[in-house]
Amino acid sequence: MFDDLRDLYQEVILDHGKHPRNFGKPESFNRMARGENPLCGDKINVYLTIDADGRVADAHFDGRGCAISQASASLMTETLKGKTEVEAEALFGHFHDLCTKDDHEHTDHGPLDPEAVERLDVLSGVREFPMRVKCATLAWHTMHAAISGDEKTTTE
Amino acid sequence: MDTRLSNAPFDVEKIRQDFPILTRLVHEKPGRPGKSLVYLDNAASAQKPRAVIDAMANFMAHDYSNVHRGVHYLSQVATTLYEATRDKTATFLNAPSRDTIVFTRSATEAFNLVASSWGGTHLTAGDEIILSVMEHHANIVPWQLLRARTGIVIKVAPVLDDGTLDLDALADLLKSPKVKLVSITHGSNVLGTVTPAAEIARMAHAAGAKVLFDGSQAAVHMPVDVQAIDADFYIMTGHKLYGPTGFGVLYGKAEILESMPPYQGGGDMIQSVSFEETTFREVPHRFEAGTPPIVEGIGFGAAIDYVTALGMGAIHAHEQRLLAYATEKLRAIDGLRLIGTSPTKAAILSFTIDGVHPHDIGTLVDRAGVAVRVGRHCAEPLMERFGVGATARASFALYNTEAEADALVDAVRAVREFFN
Repeated sequence: MFDDLRDLYQEVILDHGKHPRNFGKPESFNRMARGENPLCGDKINVYLTIDADGRVADAHFDGRGCAISQASASLMTETLKGKTEVEAEALFGHFHDLCTKDDHEHTDHGPLDPEAVERLDVLSGVREFPMRVKCATLAWHTMHAAISGDEKTTTE
Repeated sequence: MDTRLSNAPFDVEKIRQDFPILTRLVHEKPGRPGKSLVYLDNAASAQKPRAVIDAMANFMAHDYSNVHRGVHYLSQVATTLYEATRDKTATFLNAPSRDTIVFTRSATEAFNLVASSWGGTHLTAGDEIILSVMEHHANIVPWQLLRARTGIVIKVAPVLDDGTLDLDALADLLKSPKVKLVSITHGSNVLGTVTPAAEIARMAHAAGAKVLFDGSQAAVHMPVDVQAIDADFYIMTGHKLYGPTGFGVLYGKAEILESMPPYQGGGDMIQSVSFEETTFREVPHRFEAGTPPIVEGIGFGAAIDYVTALGMGAIHAHEQRLLAYATEKLRAIDGLRLIGTSPTKAAILSFTIDGVHPHDIGTLVDRAGVAVRVGRHCAEPLMERFGVGATARASFALYNTEAEADALVDAVRAVREFFN
């Protein structure tokens, strides 16, 4: 019945949605923000540990949401580790383009980690579902808020 | 016999032909056949019969003009047609007089009107109003805005685990001598719960309080008699009753409306204006500032004619059959939790599925052509009450069928398998 939804719900997404990585509030962290999608009521918290060099030493999240938002948050925490704040923001810019624009419309966000780009590509199917873009980008908006020092953010 | 309880046979297949949109396909793409639309998002907004569409188009093509002010021919024609909707609405709600019917641009505006005009003059700091936990945000936020201005106190009546209004708790809240208003839904947009309006009104009146019912859902699913339930205010909306958007109704008892100042100022609501003093028109026009939603009013009148011809009693009976059928089928699905199982409810089914977020349910069943609402349904406190972040909601209308309930159930089963 749902064969043509496999582009959106790829196996990797179903797996991360069901078994999110880096889930739960860590014992220590030095940046956090709370993100909310008023449309569906999803709320997540993103916890970052930024080390002295300005790199993301650790990233966690908790909260509840749909398979897309949970998988996106899970994949985000994995790809963020080891990135500088600038690299993390660049990845956010790329990811936002991935979810909202065709490939040829992507803007230049600076150098990107090719491995992270490849991993995040599983979420590109969201582009065909405008109502679900915010599900995929909620975690990233929240990460951005954590880095910028805003404790609360919404996707609106 | 009350014609609103017509016993004419309810031929749903024939009725479906009145709604052009019901034959369209969704998700059609080159190389991919579309799916038949199974529209189960009626609690958000209902589809329109040809009679409503034609009435609005014909009015604009032949009879359109502004109303209430011109001496020319078309202005009088348009005014007569527009004002006929007020008579139809009064009959539909069994209101005692056409002058008790105020037209607004939405149910939401009607709530704001009552909160601002009635609440602003009859309530003072410390006065209490009682809402219920299952209210739509439209029956919460206007009161909070009033609270910020005047210092009124908002109390909340709870519901039982099956979604029935907790009348004992309501009785306790009514023991306070400060309660001035009970503003409560006549039918929950999430749980489907239909509240015992006459009993609530009796309790409120015995405590010296006024009572307002939100009929946005109830009035489209069953016959409503504002005199029988002794409502002081009753609010409904046009677009859920198969009419256009941009049109709402506030019924108010004559003496209460008379006691209220204007809500908005502007043209059409005044008797005479000078820079020193302005006098206002009589009720209900006092509350209808500016050019009204004329075309929408014509469409709403046509919608009332349409449902009245079918019979609200017959519509109710048909939807109750669908509710019983769909409830039984959904209940048989493992891991599915129905939110709202009150013995008196309208054909609205909110549910969650273990391990599957409602948003994912919505996207998946949509691919099978089934349109449901997912999310918080503008009732966030109620989501908290039932410990869910969101639900999926299938809401039935007069044109839905058992086959469509089956399509919903099949799609939901497939969702379970997809995420298994």
